[in-house]
Amino acid sequence: MVGAPRGGGELIVTTALSVTNVTKRFGGLTVADNVSFDVPQGARMALIGPNGAGKTTLFNLISGVHKIDAGSITLDGKEIKDLAPRTRVHAGLSRSFQNIRLMPHLSVIENIMLGQHTQASGLGALLQPIAWQRKSIWRERAIESMHSAGIKVDPDASVGGLPYGVRKKIEVVRALMSRPRLLMLDEPAAGLNPRETAELSAFLKAVAWEGLTLLVVEHDMSFVNDLCEHTVVLNFGRLIYNGPTAGVHVDPQVREAYLGTRKSDKKEPSHVA
Amino acid sequence: MSGYLAGTLAILCINLIFAYGIFVSAAAGQINLGGAGFQAIGAYATGFIAGTLGLPVWFSIPAAATISAFIGFLIAFPVLRTRGVYLVLATFAFGEVVSGFLLHTDTFGGAMGMVVPVHIELWVLMLCAIVVTLLTFYLMATRLGLAMRSINDDEEATVVIGVNVRAVQVAAFTIGGAFTGLSGALYAHNYGFVEAQYFNALLSIYVLLFVLIGGAQTAWGPLAGSLFFTVLPELFRVGGAWRYVIFGVLIVLMMVIRPEGMVTRDLVRKLSPRQWWARRAAVGS
Ligand SMILES: Nc1ncnc2c1ncn2[C@@H]1O[C@H](COP(=O)(O)OP(=O)(O)OP(=O)(O)O)[C@@H](O)[C@H]1O
Ligand SMILES: [Mg+2]
Repeated sequence: MVGAPRGGGELIVTTALSVTNVTKRFGGLTVADNVSFDVPQGARMALIGPNGAGKTTLFNLISGVHKIDAGSITLDGKEIKDLAPRTRVHAGLSRSFQNIRLMPHLSVIENIMLGQHTQASGLGALLQPIAWQRKSIWRERAIESMHSAGIKVDPDASVGGLPYGVRKKIEVVRALMSRPRLLMLDEPAAGLNPRETAELSAFLKAVAWEGLTLLVVEHDMSFVNDLCEHTVVLNFGRLIYNGPTAGVHVDPQVREAYLGTRKSDKKEPSHVA
Repeated sequence: MSGYLAGTLAILCINLIFAYGIFVSAAAGQINLGGAGFQAIGAYATGFIAGTLGLPVWFSIPAAATISAFIGFLIAFPVLRTRGVYLVLATFAFGEVVSGFLLHTDTFGGAMGMVVPVHIELWVLMLCAIVVTLLTFYLMATRLGLAMRSINDDEEATVVIGVNVRAVQVAAFTIGGAFTGLSGALYAHNYGFVEAQYFNALLSIYVLLFVLIGGAQTAWGPLAGSLFFTVLPELFRVGGAWRYVIFGVLIVLMMVIRPEGMVTRDLVRKLSPRQWWARRAAVGS
């Protein structure tokens, strides 16, 4: 199922994101313990692990919400560990949040257009009255992305009253509006029904075909199996697996990690068995 | 027009501009409780430029607004380092420092106050109020306005989306300083006299109430709030001393019934012509 046209075939594989010996402590708790892995350009990689393993924290470190204590993070070969979060967005990184973080008082289209902020540089773009312009390029691009993601709601509706699955999709689209080279999604399928999950998977494959690199945190292993060819597994802040997704469920360390901390709320209890 | 009506209209214009000054930073998530301080800067600046220096009002009023904006810009950096209730306290302290300074500076008349020459006509006040109102609506429709509203909703997520939150907040604070300063300058020329005691904490609280009771989500809010707070006390004049009690009770009731303000975003959306037609069509089909 791996698509041939992506990247440069087997010849040149460049690295989109490189995490090297990253360590982070919160007080006495080491939430990232010497973590190293690479995400190749154009890859669709999963980041999985039991609850509290440190997946969201790793996203926070990569996107710059928290500073790392040690190690290095490069995006397209450039060191980004000391950059402000917004500068990392300019550098091509974009993310969604585990708990939906849409702006409750903004409409659907406003939330999506907010994602374009780093694209609209200069005072002229900042002072453009986009809310009054029904035909602006910005609004048109946002509507287009809504449609390609299958979001069929009134663009001017308030986001508050929308179903969970739709809001989750809006967040993915908003993250895409900055035209990232690396998109990091934190549990995008959580709370979606099977049909919505399949739709999301198809949509993400489509955007990845256009050259986008994906790093996805997800508990739903059927989603991961369908979308991601590579998987890294975290447990107590340590990387315990880095390889093909197909090999995850037979790896002894991974099995132990999941069996040891098995939570009843897992969507797919059978995914490591 | 009767003198009474003209007087009320003048107050309404000044209050409206004052309210928009506070609204602009409130819309970006910063509660400014130093409104009176900025208004005092505008009032004294124009008083000094037009009175002591003898320059014309068409110069002194814009200059006063610019000076107030510049001071807003300067204090934005230390003030915006604070968060939540500390931000409110920092702006409050700023207001107190300004009025304390003016009270003890002889150049500005000290406790005696300062006579401000050149009375301005009502139409100038109205023109300024209309321009500031339109400017605020425009600002809220821009991408900068979108970023401001986003910060108000979720500052941390706005940072991660790629907005330079600090710069947007400083810009909002500076624009707010210009508007509040302008309202102070207009006040000074309307009354012909300013004294530091007038620009006190109560005034800052009042203007903040205009904005919060009116609604800080859209530019309609300050309009509703200023009308409510300027016109209603006039109507209650017949109630004598009880009018303050009635007024206080009304404010508390408003906060309970409409905690997000009289005019909310959802209300504006519902009343917008486009939505109205959409609903008509939906009912018809
Ligand atoms: N800001 C913080 N301060 C202190 N501790 C934190 C902070 N953020 C996360 N932690 C701790 O770090 C550990 C990892 O949390 P994290 O949210 O990254 O896990 P996760 O793998 O995303 O889990 P889940 O699958 O439940 O989302 C937890 O023990 C958590 O309590
Ligand atoms: Mg998490």
